[in-house]
Amino acid sequence: MSEHALATILIAMLGGAIRVSTPFMFVALGETLTEKSGRINLGLEGNLVLGAMVGYAVSYQTGSPWAGVLAAGISGVFLGLLHGAICSLPRVNDIAVGIAMMSFGTGVAFFFGKPYIQPSAPRLEALPLGGWSSNTALAKALEINPLFFIGIAVAFVMWWALANTRWGLILRMTGDSEPAARAMGVNPVAVRIIATALGGFLAGTGGAFLSLSYPGSWNEGLSSGQGLMAVALVIFARWNPLRCILAALLFGAAGAIGPALQSVGISQGYYFFNAAPYILTLFIMIATARSNAAARAAPGELSIVK
Amino acid sequence: MSHEGMSRRSLLKTGLAGLASTALPLGALAPARAADEVVLGAVYVGPRDDFGWNQAHAVAMEILKKVPNVKVIEEENVPETDAVAKSMESMINLDGANLILATSFGYYKPFVTDLAAKYPDVQFRHAAPLWNKDTDPSNAGSYFCYLNQAHYVDGVAAGLSSATGKIGFVAAKPIPTVLSNINSVLLGARSVNPNATVQVIFTGDWSLPVREAEAANALVDAGCDVLTCHVDGPKVVIETAESRGVKSCGHNASQAPLAPKGFITGAEYKWETIYKMYADMLAKGEALPNVVVGGYDNDMVQNTPFGAGATPEAIKAAEAAIAGLKEKKPIYVGPLKDNTGKVVIDKTYDNYDPYLDGMDYLLDGVIGSIT
Repeated sequence: MSEHALATILIAMLGGAIRVSTPFMFVALGETLTEKSGRINLGLEGNLVLGAMVGYAVSYQTGSPWAGVLAAGISGVFLGLLHGAICSLPRVNDIAVGIAMMSFGTGVAFFFGKPYIQPSAPRLEALPLGGWSSNTALAKALEINPLFFIGIAVAFVMWWALANTRWGLILRMTGDSEPAARAMGVNPVAVRIIATALGGFLAGTGGAFLSLSYPGSWNEGLSSGQGLMAVALVIFARWNPLRCILAALLFGAAGAIGPALQSVGISQGYYFFNAAPYILTLFIMIATARSNAAARAAPGELSIVK
Repeated sequence: MSHEGMSRRSLLKTGLAGLASTALPLGALAPARAADEVVLGAVYVGPRDDFGWNQAHAVAMEILKKVPNVKVIEEENVPETDAVAKSMESMINLDGANLILATSFGYYKPFVTDLAAKYPDVQFRHAAPLWNKDTDPSNAGSYFCYLNQAHYVDGVAAGLSSATGKIGFVAAKPIPTVLSNINSVLLGARSVNPNATVQVIFTGDWSLPVREAEAANALVDAGCDVLTCHVDGPKVVIETAESRGVKSCGHNASQAPLAPKGFITGAEYKWETIYKMYADMLAKGEALPNVVVGGYDNDMVQNTPFGAGATPEAIKAAEAAIAGLKEKKPIYVGPLKDNTGKVVIDKTYDNYDPYLDGMDYLLDGVIGSIT
């Protein structure tokens, strides 16, 4: 492999990491927040797809992509509240409800999304941070969407708030020990509903990135399971918001490998390289599932841990 | 492409191709059902409004819905797995369908062929040139528009609109119809620019928007200044090309509004020609022919009107190419080598020659690999 080809692949992976990671990041952060409260929401794929549709539709109707982002978040809150409320009923399994919510969210999105496949909605403008480089590929890779930075900021705020605020303490306590929370006079049901709703907001926002930035249009094949992979990332990130950033970047870069290798002429075996993100998920699950550190980091009230 | 070599051959073949391209009523014909109702079950692999393949079919299907004794039932988002067999079987058993239009490549074997054998009274037509009169059930059949002819025109226009001579192609799967489109773009481009190349990236499936965008970006980074594609919904590729400031050629349906600056032209199916023919035959109670195929010469494909990306000489050359195709001028003028150096096309083939339907190679000049 020539040096030029290597540079092309590295730039493509950098660009891919930045372009593709944002939805992973938002969904993983949303799931982290929800799981920290002791509940699993597997339905975030539904939030992602519904958010993508709502964001695109609102951007098209109002002409403002940021209004679309907000509306996508609110659609996520709606699904999150529904999940939170159903799971608060006695003897309801949150994993089963999550799978139902996933089908519900994508179904609603497909149903109402039909009229929006054709039109072109205004998209979010990227920040051209690569203007200093004469390499057009690098300059393009560094055209970064503001949502990427918002995602990183949210991760830092969440990381700080979980460790240093009263709200963070209440959330962690509810997730680790429901009796302790009750003893402190905290209502675990309310905390979990709020955490699921906020997590849903983040996942919906991630969906808006898909339809309004990259790849930047709405259709029914848009997500291809990114919401599900992001839930797996949370385990890899060990419920730490900062690790969620890294995990999301890693997945974005892995997704760019397949096309980038073909573009420099390594075209044999592209099915294998295209499968890189999925293979990575599998290995991550195997590697982390047997780690003691992961077991310690898992919130104690999670239904899969109990 | 030279004029030599085509004249005699194409004269000889005109009769044959004309026969093949209009109608080949073979095998056991369905019983006349003049008074009976035709219940037509249409199966789509993606959403009916995907700006591409499925939309092109669904729009044309409207023509069949207007025929008085035809009732159309449709199902979309049916994967190319056992799911399609279940869909078709429930259309037959629950809705009484007696004609099935299976519109995606992977539906054919084993799903359409098995069900056709199981339900001999139901007619099956599949949208790819796969039906074989010797081995496949006589109540099955194929219909297909040879879109590679329009992609050849894309190649001509792209070859003269590109500054670098490097054309990027985002492809879904390495099946013969896709490979033929890639090779036709190359041959079109080489007919006007002998140094033109086509670089292809396979995404692995019909609709993967994020990977299609990644592939489009990677091709632009590799120096391509015209992008085209063969995926179900070309919207993402065309919009990515426009945002990267390179030109683009469309696929399946018109994408001209998506790229006001760089759109050159695009390859479009005219399924309505076939569905209109089916509709007329069904209205008269006639049996459908097993095979209906065609291209420019019988109005089954077209090119999108030229956009701002097409240079004047490109438009002129493309229009000349269209005129040639209408007169059945062959695209595959042999001998041609594949990109590993092997001679794969030993002689000049007619545009509908069954030999070309089995294409499993990329011609010399295409950068990429099918495995």
